[in-house]
Amino acid sequence: MSTVAEKNSSERQSRSNAATRRDLIGYAFLTPWLIGFFCFSLGPVLVSLYLSFTKFDLLSPAVWVGTDNYARMFLDDPRFYQSLKVTFTYMTFEVPLKLAFALAVAMVLDKAIRGGAFYRALFYIPSLLGGSVAIAVLWRQLFEGNGTVNQILLWAFGYKGESWISNPETAIYTLVLLAVWQFGSPMIIFLAGLRQVPQDLYEAASMDGAGAFRKFYKITLPMLAPVIFFNMVLQIIEGFKAFTPAYVVSGGTGGPIDSTLFYTLYLYQEAFSYFRMGYASALAWILLIIIGCFTGISFLTSKYWVYYEDDPR
Amino acid sequence: MEKNTRTGPGLFNLLMGTVLRHGLLIGASFLMLYPLLWMAASSFKPESIIFTDLSIIPPAFDFANYTLGWNALQQSFTVFFKNSIFVAILVVIGNVVSCSITAYAFARLEFRGRRVWFVVMLGTLMLPYHVTLIPQYVLFLNLGWIDTFLPLIVPKFLAADAFFIFLMVQFFRGIPRELDEAAVLDGCSPWRIYWKIMMPLSLPVLTTTAIFSFIWTWNDFLGPLVYLNDASNYTVPLALRSFMDSTGQSAFGQLFAMSVLAILPIFLFFLFFQRLIIEGVAHSGMKR
Repeated sequence: MSTVAEKNSSERQSRSNAATRRDLIGYAFLTPWLIGFFCFSLGPVLVSLYLSFTKFDLLSPAVWVGTDNYARMFLDDPRFYQSLKVTFTYMTFEVPLKLAFALAVAMVLDKAIRGGAFYRALFYIPSLLGGSVAIAVLWRQLFEGNGTVNQILLWAFGYKGESWISNPETAIYTLVLLAVWQFGSPMIIFLAGLRQVPQDLYEAASMDGAGAFRKFYKITLPMLAPVIFFNMVLQIIEGFKAFTPAYVVSGGTGGPIDSTLFYTLYLYQEAFSYFRMGYASALAWILLIIIGCFTGISFLTSKYWVYYEDDPR
Repeated sequence: MEKNTRTGPGLFNLLMGTVLRHGLLIGASFLMLYPLLWMAASSFKPESIIFTDLSIIPPAFDFANYTLGWNALQQSFTVFFKNSIFVAILVVIGNVVSCSITAYAFARLEFRGRRVWFVVMLGTLMLPYHVTLIPQYVLFLNLGWIDTFLPLIVPKFLAADAFFIFLMVQFFRGIPRELDEAAVLDGCSPWRIYWKIMMPLSLPVLTTTAIFSFIWTWNDFLGPLVYLNDASNYTVPLALRSFMDSTGQSAFGQLFAMSVLAILPIFLFFLFFQRLIIEGVAHSGMKR
């Protein structure tokens, strides 16, 4: 009896030794990430929250000001509202237009046609390059007073246009166009989604005499709804983060008269032009909350779009 | 791929449909790529005709804009390209090594707290960089790292890009467990399994990570803008920005020439790794 008990306890002992060893190995592999996580994610997020309740200019220590930053933001800062307005205007046009283009082209490419992969690659190129300074530089030239767009308008319609960039009414739409131009990546996601739609649904619908429009409305759209929704959330989050084009096209000002003052650009100006680090941190936290809401929605609905796991491709 | 086997409409309709579709696609491709083609052509045109010539074929292949533009700033573009390449290569190495080590721990090792840390890691995916930017800046300022490449590189060696960890975890889970279980029986250490079994079998996902790391770093503007001050430390995007600000409207040919060179590496990457890149988007888009 006693020997069995001894054996059991020594087995338990060695098992717990093995478990400790496993833990050690596991955390050894995890160490780089853990350091990174505490130094570059968790730490900064908490510091950012603290800073958002302070006045801080990098030179002197941060001074606690309570909720002053948030009060100023909501009660006494027209540029905060302007930057929200610019960002939401941008997204109201950019997201639906981009998705509509992406879906339309994906549906054309989904049909078995020669050179489908070639077109797909061509349409994807702008997505790859669109975020770069080089393209923003090009965009600025295209929409200048004597830029290419006006040259084409003059050549085709005899219309003599003004600069689209220096006009506060139109400046933001040149950036919307730049974003819509990059419809390639949602298009690729739509193509992957379209491949999942069972073809017999269309065949059955054809036999019942359904037309192309009805098939789109009754089969494609509902079957693709999760992918459309997912793409939309992704684009909205990306939209909030848009920075480079607005910065380069407006020369860092967000002008003319703040008409391209994206939220991120305003945050950057407050932090690195005016060194109001506390106020900029408060702006960052409001952004975090807004993006958090959208991401939360996407996560809650994630169960509807994970069926791609089994994609045998 | 052949999905809709048509029976009803005649050959003529089918042909018309194909012609129409290709016509539409070619037209749309041209419209989309016209700005890029025009920029490439303009980089060979003399300054005097850039604003009036809409053609995408330059009158002659004159490289004057390239040679002049290369040396137009106080530092030559040799410096900026060196900086960009240096940062991009180190970021690629950092991401591939640190993210794969982390992903291996999450995908294959058993240890207490693994699930919790995994969820936490997924949580960092959702964190917009604007929230961490200011404290990170303060941290790097105190470390004396401002105006060096360290803030752009060091976080990548500490697996700061959770997106790639996630991508690799998904891939590692697809590798048959029998392989490493057999290796354990043979007395292989986890480190050896990681290095001798997982890494060689994961080349596709490692390549995808390397490609996207390179492209994103090469295009990155905000990071260099915040952390680099001295012109001798500029990466190519910063140099382009300051080129544009300094010459204004006067040297668009040279500006375009440098812009073409700036996007050329990405374009070449795309030509060589097109399939991997597009699959990466289709997959990661789904799973992000």
